[in-house]
Amino acid sequence: MKFEEIQNRAETEWEALEHSEKPRILVGAATCGRSAGALNVLQTINEELARRSIDAIVMQVGCIGICYLEPLVDIIKPGYPRICYSSITPEIVPELIEDYLIKDNPRPDLALGTIGDGEVEGIPKFFDLPMLKAQVRIILRNCGTINPEDINHYIAQGGYSGFARAMEMSPEEVIEEIKKSGLRGRGGAGFPTGLKWEFCRKSPGSEKYLVCNADEGDPGAFMNRSVLEGDPHSILEGMLIAAYAIEATHGYIYCRAEYPLALERLNIALAKMKEYGLLGENILGSGFDFDLEIKEGAGAFVCGEETALMASIEGKRGMPRPRPPFPAQSGIWGKPTNINNVETLATVAAILQRGADWYTQYGTERSKGTKTFALAGKIKRTGLIEVPLGITLRDIIYDIGGGIADDKQFKAVQTGGPSGGCLSAEQLDLPVDYETLARAGSIMGSGGMVVADEDTCLVDFAKFFLTFTQAESCGKCVPCRVGTRQMLNILERITKGGGEEEDIDKLQNLAETIRDGSLCALGGTAPNPVLTTLRYFRNEYEAHIKEKRCPALVCKELVSYYILPDKCEGCMICLRNCPVGAIKGEKRMVHVIDQDKCTKCGTCLSVCPPRFHAVTKVSGEEIEVPEEPTPVASSK
Amino acid sequence: MSNKLAELLAPYEGEKGALIPILQKVQGEFGYLSDKAIHEIAHFMGTSESEIFGVATFYAQFRFTPRGKHVVKVCLGTSCYVRGATQIMEAMEQKLGIKSGETTSDLEFSLESVACFGCCALSPIIVVDDTVYSKITAEKAKQIVSSYE
Repeated sequence: MKFEEIQNRAETEWEALEHSEKPRILVGAATCGRSAGALNVLQTINEELARRSIDAIVMQVGCIGICYLEPLVDIIKPGYPRICYSSITPEIVPELIEDYLIKDNPRPDLALGTIGDGEVEGIPKFFDLPMLKAQVRIILRNCGTINPEDINHYIAQGGYSGFARAMEMSPEEVIEEIKKSGLRGRGGAGFPTGLKWEFCRKSPGSEKYLVCNADEGDPGAFMNRSVLEGDPHSILEGMLIAAYAIEATHGYIYCRAEYPLALERLNIALAKMKEYGLLGENILGSGFDFDLEIKEGAGAFVCGEETALMASIEGKRGMPRPRPPFPAQSGIWGKPTNINNVETLATVAAILQRGADWYTQYGTERSKGTKTFALAGKIKRTGLIEVPLGITLRDIIYDIGGGIADDKQFKAVQTGGPSGGCLSAEQLDLPVDYETLARAGSIMGSGGMVVADEDTCLVDFAKFFLTFTQAESCGKCVPCRVGTRQMLNILERITKGGGEEEDIDKLQNLAETIRDGSLCALGGTAPNPVLTTLRYFRNEYEAHIKEKRCPALVCKELVSYYILPDKCEGCMICLRNCPVGAIKGEKRMVHVIDQDKCTKCGTCLSVCPPRFHAVTKVSGEEIEVPEEPTPVASSK
Repeated sequence: MSNKLAELLAPYEGEKGALIPILQKVQGEFGYLSDKAIHEIAHFMGTSESEIFGVATFYAQFRFTPRGKHVVKVCLGTSCYVRGATQIMEAMEQKLGIKSGETTSDLEFSLESVACFGCCALSPIIVVDDTVYSKITAEKAKQIVSSYE
């Protein structure tokens, strides 16, 4: 079949759907929506529609990014604009269906916003909401809007037209177009994509491989998962374009096994591509052959590194090897190989669909286009966002993210996952681009952005990241294997109150050695969290080491709990709940914590009734309290 | 070789780089990789058992002991961590009486930690079998696990 025919058919089908007389209900059912209960909501919707004999089209869609208000349900009733409803529970469903679908009341109180043309009184425009206003959606263009399991939905939005356009160009012209767009690798390192393709294309050999790196291993990052689940064809179209440009014959999608829904959607998408002649031999009658298969990652963070990933595809331990030779010269089975990240490939499809000139209107001089970020941690509006590069961290955290949750104080933001750095309030006005973040000691990374507030101890935070990278170190090279272990030992010592004056210098030295001496990027970047916290939060290290005090009251060995005699009413609640029997007292007697027995689990603090507020947590100080229970003051 | 295992391995005859998919398939069927299964896979691939062990132990996904009927996974990703995942893991260890990575002696529950499920916006997260529970507390986590008892 010719592409025009496929396109016409998809568009006709989409038009029919758009002009359908039946109401359409879209349920955001990506993994995040499902964990918030989207599948129960979906089931209730179906039951409710059946019970009332309402003929409606119910569809599962991907994640639109407003994760903190999941589950999200959109209703498109003929004659009305599309309305997005948030925090929908199975209990609200019957009410909403009754009020809106039967009685014509769109329930503005439950609505988040309208999407597309038209307005409804009392409901704001979805894309004017503070969380969305500064966003530009290129990579996420279809997420939450189309059925990811229906290839026609993707095609009707202009999908695969980028590939069709590429086929009318020479491979060199396609590479030129990508170079012109300024697109840089979205996996984190930011290498120019066009240049990378050119190296692989120019490498001699008749057999070449293309790999999509979907092994999103950074804890705190879920950008790729959302695209894989919500719009898999955009990645696959990008792969077709890349394969055509470098003349690859075979491709792999290396996706982590922890993403079962993404894997399921990819399998469905691949089957559809084959059915439409978009995969296999003689694609769309052009003479271009390309085949794709999925490889499930088996849980190793280091496999995000290119050479380790290739070893894993070959069925070996995922250990990196020195470069050169680069994958473009000698990759999988010794053949030239090109590896791109999920987001890079989804962007490639958009660039070919709409042109490099259109794409370069977004971003900065050296960091073009948009980037997705997974906003998480102690922030009000958590979710998945896409912004033009060059936006400041402050705009992301405060305007889009709504600031810090529970009105606490901002302390740090970690960009780039365990390979990135912790930036402080002083860096909030920095623009987010590859060079600026690198100068600040962090990295763009794949897009994890975790916000920490005053209750986070930055020494403990650095220890958390290093625990992860240390455990994930493959063990091949000494600086990473031994060095991260030593750094972790020092950090453990500091957080347990055994820190010594020279530890800060030791950490600094070790960190620099590991950074400069490791074989791959895992070791090369593992010290970043320590280096940046030493740079921006040195006072916290000093408090732990010199004063044996944890300012955020996190490090267990450095905190103590006390029951305040002037507040305790002797109610016995803490005493009964203490798991180790460390609390002495009886009814109407001021309770006392035996500091030697206390395991500092914090149970007493959490169970003490708020009206008494008698348990206090301190660090670096002792509070004078009686050693034995004393009667509660009679005035109480 | 057991019939079931032979049946699982047959489609991979002569395929390059098939070891990891084979290990995934076998574990998917039997729940873990037994010594016997490793022995058979090595024989099938024409390589040594140590070679197979070398690969299998490298990846976090593979297990060499039977797993409990229910698997409780506590996410210790960055976002879950800043929102109190450590306390949730402690509560789970206390509740089940086992450490992370262990299985109860009645083979009812296994407790595991995971680096990230990608549900960071709804953290903290635990996953029991295939169900994801979001925005949980130590107390809620205990109740959730109780419902599987």
